[in-house]
Amino acid sequence: MLDSGEARVVDGPADVCVEACPHCERLVLPEVLKASLNVCPLCGYHRPLSALERIAQLADLGGWDEVGSDLQPLDPLGFRDLRPYRDRIRAAQASTGLREAFVGGRCNILQQPAALGVFDFRFLGGSMGSVVGEAIIRLVNRAVADRVTLVMVTSSGGARMQEGILSLMQMAKTVVALEDLRASRLPFISVLADPTTGGVLASVATLADVIIAEPGAFLSFAGPRVIEQTTREKLPEGFGRAEESLSYGQVDMVVPRSELKRRIAALIVLLQGGEETRIRKVGSDEKRPWWRSGTLGRTAARAEELARPARSWLRRGDS
Amino acid sequence: MPALPGVGYGEEIARLQRRLEELRGEESPTVAWKTVQAARAQGRPQTLEYLSHLAPDFIELHGDRLAGDDPAIVGGVGSVAGKAMVFLGHQKGRDLKERQQRNFGMARPEGYRKAQRLALLAERHSLPVVCLIDTPGAFPGVEAERGGQAGAIARTLQVFAGLQSPTVAFVIGEGGSGGALALGLCDRVFMLETAIYSVISPEACAALVWRDASEAPRAAEALHLTAPDLLTLGVIDGIISEPRRGVAGQARVMSRRLKRTLSSSLEELGAVPPEVRRRLRRQRYLNLGVFAG
Repeated sequence: MLDSGEARVVDGPADVCVEACPHCERLVLPEVLKASLNVCPLCGYHRPLSALERIAQLADLGGWDEVGSDLQPLDPLGFRDLRPYRDRIRAAQASTGLREAFVGGRCNILQQPAALGVFDFRFLGGSMGSVVGEAIIRLVNRAVADRVTLVMVTSSGGARMQEGILSLMQMAKTVVALEDLRASRLPFISVLADPTTGGVLASVATLADVIIAEPGAFLSFAGPRVIEQTTREKLPEGFGRAEESLSYGQVDMVVPRSELKRRIAALIVLLQGGEETRIRKVGSDEKRPWWRSGTLGRTAARAEELARPARSWLRRGDS
Repeated sequence: MPALPGVGYGEEIARLQRRLEELRGEESPTVAWKTVQAARAQGRPQTLEYLSHLAPDFIELHGDRLAGDDPAIVGGVGSVAGKAMVFLGHQKGRDLKERQQRNFGMARPEGYRKAQRLALLAERHSLPVVCLIDTPGAFPGVEAERGGQAGAIARTLQVFAGLQSPTVAFVIGEGGSGGALALGLCDRVFMLETAIYSVISPEACAALVWRDASEAPRAAEALHLTAPDLLTLGVIDGIISEPRRGVAGQARVMSRRLKRTLSSSLEELGAVPPEVRRRLRRQRYLNLGVFAG
């Protein structure tokens, strides 16, 4: 089932179900949305994706090896506002079916080996607490151990307030871990989805070799309301959007979802020295044969991959 | 039937205990909130004042060599007991004019880039880096965002993570979120007794979860942002005690205390080869976090 976010679901006559695009408000069939990777075919609005939908869109079929799946959040401060933090965690776990706001694993992206990590904004605003930090560390370690590219898709409100200073320290923790990736000269590609803000933007997300943004994604360290309150000025049109960030030199490219998988795979190949170099590297590595069997550069197969809807095998893994 | 002496007071004792618990619950937010107010108090010594006592030969260096010079972060070289080091610190400003000029200690990307530049300068010349943290946070402004605020903070963290030089940080007042952490990824981190260090300001936290900024005292308590809290959580290495009447006007006394801690820290850190020091720093930050599994 698609995560329709705030979209309204309209039951039409005779078993017809349509959804309204939250952006252009026109009605779209869910099947059509699914086929277009949850991008409105009428206005191009990129709807939010759950972590598993994102993984299904990016990872090749059949080889997802989750990293850090045993991690569970705790409540180190005994934080309590209107609701206890523990309740908030439980509610988020129940509504998303996830343990935390980040899912990472080892996979292939169009036959290119990668460690892929994805934030899920539905889980407490994709906020980074101790578990998310640790899950990122383990994913980085896995990328280093397997000598593969790190790909991270972020959508996050920033550090998780309910874990206080420990959340802030996750920024330091993830940055420190990325040093290992750099020392190993492994590529790091980050994809900024809507929205990526605060401590996540100011740590892992912007330290990538290549930063891709999804069209329309809101990217800002400070929240829009905080900026308006501090400067007492109305925010200019398009402020903080991916397209503006591109024009100010803060991201490398804005890539529509339909192109994303191909672009990531192409970058993985190029950042590892190109197809020639890569074949030599992989060919000489006898310890890790499982991606060697993958055939390279079959564009027809890639196109077919992209057209396929979300995969049911992934959702099973979720429960 | 009237209660006999020594009989049937169990209920009364339980009631009093409950009341005591309630009072404790009401009292503690005041402690956290009082600390927040003390940490932000105008009379508190600031970076430049500490430097005038700590390193009287301090020479300020300006600019990020790219776009500008941010007066919210000051930096330069100076020596403590004949040992040269690079100093970096937020400067909030004293009077209204200076506060405006320094943007209340809220740095822009230029400030963080200046910090990177000076940290790398320290590394080139084998000097330790000492950071004094005192900021409400990074400046939330349109131009700052367009100039790459998030990336500037991230790269500052990266520079400090990889630095060969020994690094020591002191939270001397307000340790506000990412803007504070940018100068805080150090080998040793200390806080003054009434300093605070938090992921978010209590006001912003209250506005977000209680939908009411006036709940800030409660948020301050919930966030665990005082020096003893951070020591308990293993985030800092020690607390610098303050005179009983507070730090206002006590720059000289406090500088002596900072100097003692700084000297002993640098001695410890200097005894370790740079590669080991970097590995220990790495391990320190990798260990932070509380989770199951």
